[in-house]
Amino acid sequence: MTGGAVSLSLIAVIGLFILIGWRGLSFFWPSSVYEFDMLDKQGGHYNLIGEIYDVETVLTEQLTAAGISGLQDKPETLQRYLIKIGNREYVDLDFQWVLETIIADRSKPKDIVVFERSKNGNFYGYIEDILQNGQSVDVEQAQFIDELRSRLDRAGALQVQQEKVVNGEIGSINFALEKIRLKKRKLDMDGLLTEQKLLELDVQSKKLSAKYQVLEEQLFSYRKQAQRDSVAVRDMSGRQVQLPLSEVIDFYLPNDMSFSAKVRHWLHQAAKFVSDDPREANTEGGVFPAIFGTVFMVMLMAVMVTPFGVIAAVYLHEYAGKNNLTKFIRIAVVNLAGVPSIVYGVFGLGFFVYIVGGSIDQLFYPEALPVPTFGSPGVLWSALTLAILTLPVVIVSTEEGLSRIPSSLREGSLALGATKSETLWRIVLPMASPAIMTGLILAVARAAGEVAPLMLVGVVKMAPALPVDANFPFLHLDRKFMHLGFHIYDVGFQSPNVEAARPLVYATSFLLVTVIIGLNLAAIAIRNNLREKYRALEH
Amino acid sequence: MITLATPAADTQALAGLSAAQTALEIKKLDLYYADKQALYDVSMKIPKGKVTAFIGPSGCGKSTLLRCINRMNDLVDSCRVEGSIELQGINIYDKSVDVASLRRRIGMVFQSPNPFPKSIYENVVYGLRLQGIKDRRTLDEAAENSLRAAALWNEVKDRLHDNAFGLSGGQQQRLVIARAIAIGPEVLLLDEPTSSLDPISTLTIEELISELKQKFTVAIVTHNMQQAARVSDQTAFMYMGKLIEYSDTNTLFTTPLQKQTEDYITGRYG
Repeated sequence: MTGGAVSLSLIAVIGLFILIGWRGLSFFWPSSVYEFDMLDKQGGHYNLIGEIYDVETVLTEQLTAAGISGLQDKPETLQRYLIKIGNREYVDLDFQWVLETIIADRSKPKDIVVFERSKNGNFYGYIEDILQNGQSVDVEQAQFIDELRSRLDRAGALQVQQEKVVNGEIGSINFALEKIRLKKRKLDMDGLLTEQKLLELDVQSKKLSAKYQVLEEQLFSYRKQAQRDSVAVRDMSGRQVQLPLSEVIDFYLPNDMSFSAKVRHWLHQAAKFVSDDPREANTEGGVFPAIFGTVFMVMLMAVMVTPFGVIAAVYLHEYAGKNNLTKFIRIAVVNLAGVPSIVYGVFGLGFFVYIVGGSIDQLFYPEALPVPTFGSPGVLWSALTLAILTLPVVIVSTEEGLSRIPSSLREGSLALGATKSETLWRIVLPMASPAIMTGLILAVARAAGEVAPLMLVGVVKMAPALPVDANFPFLHLDRKFMHLGFHIYDVGFQSPNVEAARPLVYATSFLLVTVIIGLNLAAIAIRNNLREKYRALEH
Repeated sequence: MITLATPAADTQALAGLSAAQTALEIKKLDLYYADKQALYDVSMKIPKGKVTAFIGPSGCGKSTLLRCINRMNDLVDSCRVEGSIELQGINIYDKSVDVASLRRRIGMVFQSPNPFPKSIYENVVYGLRLQGIKDRRTLDEAAENSLRAAALWNEVKDRLHDNAFGLSGGQQQRLVIARAIAIGPEVLLLDEPTSSLDPISTLTIEELISELKQKFTVAIVTHNMQQAARVSDQTAFMYMGKLIEYSDTNTLFTTPLQKQTEDYITGRYG
């Protein structure tokens, strides 16, 4: 029976992992694009180009009841397809449900091209022509693909340069200008703003502004260069449209790909998902800032919770008298673990953000007020809130570890003339370190999956910058951050395009689980290492 | 051999020992665990450079008495001690005594080997490191000397930096003795040091004890009367928290004065 319970739990976990893994990872697979020959109500024909996104079996009766006529002589159930037709700006709905009865025919033309664009999602169509400055380029039709590839590479390189200028250099200049502004304000508030200082600061900011001008011009020239090429494509209704290459990220011909090419494309897409920034209200692009934010916040939390938890456990176990007060404290600590996490979020917002953060701002950053620095939700407060949330776990498992250490070892150390604190530091704590790590593993597992309190104390849908960058002091703990768990919620429930977002929900969930497993495995590896060191204890 | 006075009452045994010959003097010691009294009015002198054995049935208070000598009983919250134990004329229960430095002068080895989860070398120099000694050569020397003194050097000299848990039980116990003598104590307390060891290891430790008394005053608690007879110079017999008889080992085992002692050593109870 017990074996049955274990296997049931295992099956549940593995099943969950496989389901979200399959749903998430299959999103990156380049599925075939069909051209459908459709019948309209008047008996005419029209075309649809798109991927089959979902298939559903529906009762004919139900459809008839819903007011769809002409189904009298059909079988009892019918297939209904969800087709992703893309081309968002040219059609009413980029996802359409169609009934199998109105599909006259479908084919997989090899020359259908899928364009991934930085705006408006995918575009499906046929390449008609390649244009440079609006003029048709003189290449054979057979060479279109190669020509387009090389021109797209050029556009991509320009894009990278633009981003470098915007995020790197212009970002630093803005950061420096803001610092100068704050410095001026601070001097002004302290009454130390002399003519000379003002002049100095002005000179500095003028220098930066001049640099900014240069960079801006550079940026405009990049932009102009990037706008040189475009591609003319024919969509499913036969209309020709021009797509500027500066808006095209990638293109591929899914019906003309071998299996290995598809695998390569799949790997490439998955890698992009992990390493890119999100686009279009998070429904496209990657999730890198969210991965980074999650891992960074969890690590910060671990760094904060460990000393607090260990010190508290050492006090409770080694120093506190064995009386009712200690018992009460211990029960209170254990019960803290049962408090709903959103309550911690409210506490974090009220105490850390408003009281602590507000005081820090008044004391150290008065020049920035009324714009808050630490007085608004940020990654530091999120980590602290989660540290409190996970504190009981660390305390309980550290205490367990402390009580497992045989008293003969403590006595041995004391008998050699060690004081209590020396014994603790040299013998007891090192031997309790596997237990401390166990506590930390549990804490990390809980913190990485926690979303509700973070929504109050620091997570945002779209963070303009990572909490770590190249500008001094490199760590910006006051910044807001993105989180995979919140990303799932945001993409799944707050997105304007539900169908497009659905696979992203699975993919992000899969990634979140993977990240948590990764963090745990790392901690387990460290713990096993420590255990190995103190293994002989278990004799 | 010290010529012993022949006291009228055996609880005052070895009372005639001069101050220079005495390592420890226990005076009217009473000990309570909460309300329960565990030691009753124990008074005795432990001679310097000798091996003193404590025997008696389980629960008679012999281990408790031993643990009083280096104030190990301080760790028990409910424990309360009355009377005094004097080490070179100073009461170790005096408020001005620093317990840590007292324990450096009175080392202790426990029933089962308790090496630290460190290397053999680190185990031996643990006490020295506590004293802040960092000089590599001093530590190396101390480690070698103590391990030689504990008759362990030849067995471990090639694997000093291996984990101490890799040693056998008997070796571990000798390592613990080496660890205790590395800090140069005056008195060494052995609390049933061979009770968890096999006969051969026991023999090695017994030989070692005879060596140790050249340098240290040794007090040993043992269940085993043969062992007490083999290794000790004086023997104290305790029963129900009282010191019944304390005299020269030969005298105690051959011509005990008290009926209880005789019953115990002839195996009538205990």
